[in-house]
Amino acid sequence: MNDWLLQLNNRIRTLVPGKGLIVGAPWFWLALFFVLPFLFVLKISLAEPQLAQPPYQDWIREIEDGLITIKLNFGNYAMLWEDELYRDALWGSFEIAAISTFFCLLIGYPMAYAIALSPTHWRMPLLMLVILPFWTSFLIRVYAWIGILKNNGLLNHFLMSIGLIDQPLEILHTPTAVYIGVVYSYLPFLVLPLYATLVRLDNTLLEAAADLGARPWKQFLKITLPQSVPGILAGSMLVFIPVMGEFVIPDLLGGPDTLMIGKLMWTEFFSNKDWPLASALASVLLVVLIIPFVLMRHYEQKAAEELK
Amino acid sequence: MTQIRPASSEQPWAAPEEEPIVRIDKVTKTFGSTYAVDEISLNIHRGEFFSLLGASGCGKTTLLRMLGGFETPTSGRIYIDGQDVTDVPPYLRPINMMFQSYALFPHMNVAQNIAFGLKQERMPSALIRERVAEVMALVQIEKLATRKPHQLSGGQRQRVALARALAKQPKILLLDEPLGALDKKLREHTQFELVNIQERLGITFIIVTHDQEEAMTMSSRIALMHDGRIEQVDAPRRMYEFPATRYAASFIGSVNLFNGHVMSHDNDMVLIHSDEAGSDLLVHHSQPLNPGMEVTVAIRPEKIAVRDHHSEDPNSIHGVIQEIAYLGDVSIYHVELPSGKRVQFTQSNVLALAEQPLTWGQEVALTWNAYSCGVLTQ
Repeated sequence: MNDWLLQLNNRIRTLVPGKGLIVGAPWFWLALFFVLPFLFVLKISLAEPQLAQPPYQDWIREIEDGLITIKLNFGNYAMLWEDELYRDALWGSFEIAAISTFFCLLIGYPMAYAIALSPTHWRMPLLMLVILPFWTSFLIRVYAWIGILKNNGLLNHFLMSIGLIDQPLEILHTPTAVYIGVVYSYLPFLVLPLYATLVRLDNTLLEAAADLGARPWKQFLKITLPQSVPGILAGSMLVFIPVMGEFVIPDLLGGPDTLMIGKLMWTEFFSNKDWPLASALASVLLVVLIIPFVLMRHYEQKAAEELK
Repeated sequence: MTQIRPASSEQPWAAPEEEPIVRIDKVTKTFGSTYAVDEISLNIHRGEFFSLLGASGCGKTTLLRMLGGFETPTSGRIYIDGQDVTDVPPYLRPINMMFQSYALFPHMNVAQNIAFGLKQERMPSALIRERVAEVMALVQIEKLATRKPHQLSGGQRQRVALARALAKQPKILLLDEPLGALDKKLREHTQFELVNIQERLGITFIIVTHDQEEAMTMSSRIALMHDGRIEQVDAPRRMYEFPATRYAASFIGSVNLFNGHVMSHDNDMVLIHSDEAGSDLLVHHSQPLNPGMEVTVAIRPEKIAVRDHHSEDPNSIHGVIQEIAYLGDVSIYHVELPSGKRVQFTQSNVLALAEQPLTWGQEVALTWNAYSCGVLTQ
């Protein structure tokens, strides 16, 4: 009787593809909204630009009846490699993303740790304060920084009124302004995953470390910090990757010498109307960004296994 | 109940002139308005295997954590080796603790876990390696040196935790329910091993447990705790044979308690009348008791014997067998006395498949020796 029921159950399971659907949904999503658009971009990146609508020549063309020519243009990639402008922009983006991530960590780690250590009933309100800026539009918040940082802005007014400086500080349209804007905007993305990691850490491990002679600073360095590496990585990636392609902040707060790949891409697309080159730039950026992401996934899996 | 520890003639607690290694002086710990530990004073001596025994919530873990430095007493002082350590943080105490959850560092392998405490002392690395190998050999985990904690079984983790706590050669080792997570077979085996290690190293062990059998088996002395206070401190054998309070008598092993009042007391023999027992009870007791005093007589089930017929002598009761629990080695009989009081007694099952002389509904007469029972006044 039982065997018969079990067999029926298995039969139903194989007939109803429920499990497959659930597992397949994210893959379907990824294919539709990531792989497919990326293939379009990749396709355009191999085309030649032209002054027409659309502003590129398709590389698969039908010349006569049924005769198809395929003419791939790798010139865009070659140009990215040869022209220093693009390499500098990639490097500039990398530099800004790396330094901003570092400052986000410097400010965000103590924040996340303080929230994780605070009494349970304080944690939710404190987290809300971290998330609260999202209630206002990103663009408006970046514009607000212009008002704060400009020569006759709030910051300079304040510093001059307390007599710390007599000349206004030149901050707006400098790299400093970009760093301030980026760190401010992306800090929550780092704090949240880091908090999630830190709050789960077992407090007994710190007691054990103390028991074995580790002073508080050593306890943090040897126990808390290594154990929070997955959170540090996740948070850093959530800052680093989008900042690499950031356009709005360098455009609004940065100066003419702020060279970032997102800004360059915008120029190629909308000013120079060179879609193929812009697409090639986008493709290269994606490949560059996938490397650290794969590394992180690998490390995370290892860490998850240890905590099991 | 087996006892591993040989009945040693060394009884450091009987030598009051020696400075105890741990002196707990009127220590109280409150959480909000609840008293977790209520003015406890206790001396523990060098080389003891000391158990803090009690039901959950009795304050035994809080007391242990105060010794480790993880909780600060609300009032009172703690001295280790004559030095006041009440306000000394855990990382400066000459004490190590084995945690109930083992608290192994998941990102370090076994050898690194064990070496952690030694590294904090800035010991040269060659010496660290030597010491780590030594303790790993002591608890027989040499082969696990490069494994991570998640690759170990429960029993292996327990050994790593023990090795890590022993590596620094502390004056005192605190063990919080060290065998709680092991299965019964492994637990019994490990009990012997813990005692062997303790005797070999001569370190003072202070162990917290809720398992009376575990405490009886391993300890040189037991402190039985109840509601944040100590009920009794004694060697296991004395704890069992001469419980000081009704709680102590009923927490450790099984016991029959008869309420009654003192009729007379001479030549160290107390005559007590108990309506519950339906008989006069004669008990050996050296402390003076006043006639008319309300007392309780405690008698262990295995000390009760069956006799042929009922007599009117003291320590003679009779009743009807209500229940029989066959445990293999012994059987437990529940007898209802004419007063309605239920009494337990045990009989060894000496003969296999022997015709059981005792059966349900049978009337039995029981008796015991005046030296086998005790008088409780608290």
